[in-house]
Amino acid sequence: MLILECPYCGVTAEETEFHGGGEAHIKRYGPGSTEEEFNNYLFAKVNPKGVHFERWRHANGCGKWFHAARNTVTLEVYGTYTAQTSDIPQDIKDKVSAKVPGWSWREFE
Amino acid sequence: MSTRLSNSGRLLNKGRAMNFTFNGKRMSGFEGDTLASALLANDQMLVGRSFKYHRPRGIVASGAEEPNALFNMGEGSKFEPNQRATTTELFDGCKLGSQNHWPSLEFDVGAVNNKLGRFLTAGFYYKMFMHPRPLWKHVYEPIIRQSAGLGKAPKDRDADKYEHFYAYTDVAVVGGGVAGLQAALVAAKTGARVLVMEQTAHWGGRAPVDGGTVNGEPVDKFVDQIVSELETMSNVTIRTRMMGSGVYDHGYLLGYERVNDHQPEAKGPRHRLWRIRAGQIITATGAIERPISFAGNDIPGVMLASAVRDYAVNYGVSVGDRTVVVTNNDDAYRTAIALKNLGLDVPAIIDARSGGAGALGDEARALGIRVENGKGIAKVKGYKRVEGVAICSQAGEGAVLEEIACDAVAMSGGWSPVVHLWSHCGGKLYWDEAQAHFRPDVDKAPTGAAGEAFVIVAGSANGYLDLAAGLADADAAGKAAAKAVGKKVAKSDVPAAEATDEAASEAIWLMPQGANIKLRMKSWLDYQNDVKVSDIQLAAREGFESVEHAKRYTTLGMATDQGKLSNINGLAILSDALNQPIPQTGTTTFRPPYTPISMGAIAGEARGEIFQPIRKTPIHSWNEENGADFEPVGAWRRPYTYLRDGEDRHSAVIREIDQTRSSMGLLDASTLGKLIVKGPDAGKFLDMMYTNMMSTLKPGRCRYGLMCNENGFLMDDGVVARIDDDTFLCHTTTGGAENIHGHMEEWLQTEWWDLKVYVANVTEQFAQIAVVGPNGRKAMEKLTEDDISAEGLPFMAFKDITLAGISARAYRISFSGELSYEIAVPASQGRALWDALLEAGAEFNVMPYGTEGLHVMRAEKGFIMIGDETDGTVIPQDLNMQWAISKKKEDYLGKRAQERSYMTDPTRWKLVGLETTDGSVLSEGAYAVAPGENANGQRNVQGRVTSTYYSPTLKRGIAMGLLLNGPDRMGEVVDFPRVDGTSVLAKVVDPIFYDKDGEKQNV
Amino acid sequence: MKRYSAFAVVREALSYHMGWERAWASPEPKKKYDAIIIGAGGHGLATAYYLGKNHGIKNVAVLEKGWLGGGNTGRNTTIIRSNYLQDASAALYEKARSLYETMSQDLNYNVMFSPRGVIMLAQTEHEVRGYKRTAQANALQGVTTEFISPQRVKEIVPIINLDGPRYPVLGGLWQARGGTARHDAVAWGYARACSAMGMDVIQKCEVTSIRQEGGKVVGVSTNRGDIACDKLGIVVAGHSGHVADMAGFRLPIESVSLQALVSEPIKPCMDCVVMANTVHGYMSQSDKGEMVIGGGADGYNNYTQRGSFHHAEETVRALCETFPMVSRLKMLRQWGGIVDMTGDRSPILSKAPLDGVFINCGWGTGGFKAIPGSGWGFAELMARGYSPLTEQFGLDRFKEGRFIDESVAAGVAH
Repeated sequence: MLILECPYCGVTAEETEFHGGGEAHIKRYGPGSTEEEFNNYLFAKVNPKGVHFERWRHANGCGKWFHAARNTVTLEVYGTYTAQTSDIPQDIKDKVSAKVPGWSWREFE
Repeated sequence: MSTRLSNSGRLLNKGRAMNFTFNGKRMSGFEGDTLASALLANDQMLVGRSFKYHRPRGIVASGAEEPNALFNMGEGSKFEPNQRATTTELFDGCKLGSQNHWPSLEFDVGAVNNKLGRFLTAGFYYKMFMHPRPLWKHVYEPIIRQSAGLGKAPKDRDADKYEHFYAYTDVAVVGGGVAGLQAALVAAKTGARVLVMEQTAHWGGRAPVDGGTVNGEPVDKFVDQIVSELETMSNVTIRTRMMGSGVYDHGYLLGYERVNDHQPEAKGPRHRLWRIRAGQIITATGAIERPISFAGNDIPGVMLASAVRDYAVNYGVSVGDRTVVVTNNDDAYRTAIALKNLGLDVPAIIDARSGGAGALGDEARALGIRVENGKGIAKVKGYKRVEGVAICSQAGEGAVLEEIACDAVAMSGGWSPVVHLWSHCGGKLYWDEAQAHFRPDVDKAPTGAAGEAFVIVAGSANGYLDLAAGLADADAAGKAAAKAVGKKVAKSDVPAAEATDEAASEAIWLMPQGANIKLRMKSWLDYQNDVKVSDIQLAAREGFESVEHAKRYTTLGMATDQGKLSNINGLAILSDALNQPIPQTGTTTFRPPYTPISMGAIAGEARGEIFQPIRKTPIHSWNEENGADFEPVGAWRRPYTYLRDGEDRHSAVIREIDQTRSSMGLLDASTLGKLIVKGPDAGKFLDMMYTNMMSTLKPGRCRYGLMCNENGFLMDDGVVARIDDDTFLCHTTTGGAENIHGHMEEWLQTEWWDLKVYVANVTEQFAQIAVVGPNGRKAMEKLTEDDISAEGLPFMAFKDITLAGISARAYRISFSGELSYEIAVPASQGRALWDALLEAGAEFNVMPYGTEGLHVMRAEKGFIMIGDETDGTVIPQDLNMQWAISKKKEDYLGKRAQERSYMTDPTRWKLVGLETTDGSVLSEGAYAVAPGENANGQRNVQGRVTSTYYSPTLKRGIAMGLLLNGPDRMGEVVDFPRVDGTSVLAKVVDPIFYDKDGEKQNV
Repeated sequence: MKRYSAFAVVREALSYHMGWERAWASPEPKKKYDAIIIGAGGHGLATAYYLGKNHGIKNVAVLEKGWLGGGNTGRNTTIIRSNYLQDASAALYEKARSLYETMSQDLNYNVMFSPRGVIMLAQTEHEVRGYKRTAQANALQGVTTEFISPQRVKEIVPIINLDGPRYPVLGGLWQARGGTARHDAVAWGYARACSAMGMDVIQKCEVTSIRQEGGKVVGVSTNRGDIACDKLGIVVAGHSGHVADMAGFRLPIESVSLQALVSEPIKPCMDCVVMANTVHGYMSQSDKGEMVIGGGADGYNNYTQRGSFHHAEETVRALCETFPMVSRLKMLRQWGGIVDMTGDRSPILSKAPLDGVFINCGWGTGGFKAIPGSGWGFAELMARGYSPLTEQFGLDRFKEGRFIDESVAAGVAH
């Protein structure tokens, strides 16, 4: 039973207020992309054991989508941040580094 | 024999007798009794039968760990199986029945298994019952199933109520013994919010029974003081009869409060489930005594030493007149001493340790009790109750030195901390060799949302079995918890208790140490599931070396007590058999709940009518009053049809369609999803959402649109109306409104957050009524002065009008093929408009139609239905809807996906109409067969029916379907066999069966 | 290997069962095998078994990081059915179901396959249509199912409540030869049979990397040393992404925790499996008498084998509504298992991008029922490079857009 903090409304709430939305920071590939690019965009998942960046929606709250840096093994939440970002914000990276030195995730580290 | 003592019973109210029945026999006890103590007071030693061998079973324990005393309790809608006697309080009129025997508890035919026990060893069923094959299903399995199971299945609907509580607290303390209370008090004094729960009806736990003093006073007094202090503190909530059931991630704790089990006629819920979020959880859950493995340790009358003491001190019940105590530690001496002081006979204390006990040993001897060191029990004599014990040397193989007559045996194999809650969420354990038990590894606590440790263990649950050490540990735990939730902790003294001078316990896993196989086959580990020492040893020999394998192979610890008594003993036997230290063998996983909790409590209030919320349209009550035959659609209830007197569904649907097509019908379309999409970029955004071009739609006009997901599949459809330059209203399917709203938000927020667009779901803000049929306009014209003529409000346009005095938006759209207006009004005006339309249409014999009429009419017209023509695997191209896919757009959701090879495969099945050659109705979901079979021996297929109805308009069966090369095969006859294989021939036709040119809707 | 039989049980009883041999050997890894299977769960062991039995490949090792059968094989709700809609799925699951029928005799190990029947309840008109379609498809696929009336449902399941105020039962899809089996015994039976063929089932052997040369797999490194092989099968439900990563490819998989729970044992009261998908609950009664209840999956990646309590709550609520007597039972134990969810919720049985590597994963919530069919087909794929059973389940299907979607209820009714 996770607790998450919505970075928009600042509410810390039960998992049941939120809706998980899978891997974050995925770049969309549309018409013109290669088969490989499009397939990876839709289906290839890192699905890591450990540090993960994922999307959530405050579905039964403010309705906003946000990102969470979370550990899939310990379930620790390192931080949440808005979905309107292509890169992982530095302060979130710092929070993760403080707990998991030397982490990397996909192309991010 | 077991009997009631006149000179003890600290928990009893002897002024209030209570009557109950056991297997129909009338008995009586006192207020304060548990079922177990009341039965013992009535000399009911035999209380049940074991699972496999149907061995006679007596009460072994006095608490949550009891494996044997489980009863069918109550009757009818209040019946409950497997009620544990040691944790259920007696109430007046209680009806108990023992379980798992036939025809009676005393004479049980199933006990023949006991005679066959030698054959029915661990896992025997994996090795036999295989031949001949049919016998398993028809003979062996039914017999095994009949003989398995414990209590009877309840039959009636539960008459009781249950409820859920939410609680938020800084510190939650599980366990109301002296450790829990001390920890709670210390934490509460810092100002932290504290919630304390105790699973029994009494505070203090075991300490008052064990004796000793705190701050120079008896333990009872200390407990009373601390409880009254907690009761006065506004930041503290305390609850008895509430068990900490499970610890879950991020500080979630489940509390199970048995509010009224002890007073079943009282008002209020029977159980209450507390969903607690705690900053810190203190588990002061105590310790459980272990049995000792010796032959006959399962005979009724063999009991945990602590339980014998509990019954004597707490309930004034002597388990036997002559009780032999057998132990590997000093604590059991307290039982001997307590019994002796109550005037009962203790023929001997059999101490397996060669060095014997400390100060308590001297005290026992001073009372004249015979103490035998270095001895063990070779076997217990008796079957349905203890008759005596044979004594041997613990170091030997079981040669009998002496027999001692007795009617009870009090055993203690040492104590195991209750580490369940600590472990539920990942807390680690370590093996304490000196105390021979697993203890919490306090450096490896479960971690929470911020990676912080959130469980602190206190007292004997932490392996501090001594009163003084336990209190000190609890004091520290309370302070640590308060500190962890940010409170300032002032210095304070730990309550002073005397430490007892106890000799070290000694691990005794088998008695005697060299017990031969015959004795080992009689030495029980798991009383309920009949797992013996020899079974675990067999498992190890056969290669079931992992503790999980051994558990599953033998069923050790899988009974209703989940191995509270048996697991550690079994683990030790397994480790010994594998010749490896216990920690290397490891433990099985501790899973919630700590003891079984009622399903009723888990389900809570939401049952029957309020199982799930029902969404109702503004016209719902009219529908209810007018024969609506509802079907669930999402969370809504929609009328499938409106039944009139004597009508069946089929004829009602035909009546509604005939009337609508010939004159006028009304549809409550309020459930249709309505999303406002607004902003300067709304058109651009909708161009991505829909396959169609929406940005070119003129204000005042409507356009039917298709929506695909990024994977290319059709997900929704509906009419989009452009209200003004910046504003669109998107209709969605009934079930799709929330999903599509979410879908739009997702793309807006996570991909195109630069777009200036807002989306609002206004589905419930508006009622929507479809006025359908050639006379619809005439009826409406009676209610409005606005021009709604073919010119004033043409097809696929909308207009804001005043209708029956109500501000309304009228859309000229049609899902039936008839002249049709869909009228949206504020939800509060929906019923008024509905009534006005009924009145205005009366002269045209207006009547409402339901979802089935809607379905049939749209199929007659060849309109697709999301969920019928689509099933998540269909793309617009399959439905020949290229016309709805804009060629001018570079991109829309699903476009790239639809370019993939399988999506562009010319052999994809395409939409066609189907007419059976005999006019009959095709079966739902029927497939069109093709010659031959595929590589897996399945019949080849070439298409399938997606919708099939009887068309009252065409007076024949019509269908739509997807067919290989379908549009190129008009006129061809294809076979859609029934499930029985008989053939049904259908001709491939245009899917538009009715008014192909659209003349009727366009008038 | 000594054969198991009633006679053997009696014979061994006379010597107090001291004569039973190990069910499977505990060998040290050899330097090289023709084939290595990573993962000694049901699917991995079945693959090894059919490699030997059907294809004569017996120089096989099955490597298990923990204890065999310790993953989802030993923590599922043991339902066996093959009433799937799509041809490819129906073929695979029906093959599995038919192998379950004779598994006890085949393995000489009683896996207690109990063909007591499976009902999937239809509780909306939409579900009625969906199940009628499935029955039609099944008839052509050689899968015996039937759409039955509410009255028939009640006859088969007397404890059911047909007239729930929220979702009355409108009928059901009935597969009389579906049922349950003893999950642990399936793993144990296969392990014993593999061991008897001379294969090495090696527990506590964790693969730490996959070794390749010239674009081809040559072996694995483990905590017990390097082991060479010609072919490598990855069959590690719950950890597929992790192991695929060692072989240098990503999967269309997310790992989530799926929950289950059991009640205390009661005397027999329900003689089939009932699945209620509208309200999200399914239940059967084990031979021990426990009501075995399947719960929901978390909506986020989770490797903890625990789940959130609200799923259990929703499931129990649904079952109390469907079977009112459940309300007066008690939950004995709840647990979770890590399941692989693929992009189309169907499994992957495929050659991997690295030559010589094969991957079997993505069974989601339904792997147990497929074990023998999956092993049969995957062994054929590994041995011959092709199997009609696995052909449609390749990794390439995602690229092509050729999904195997079983969720007919994905669409929404007006």
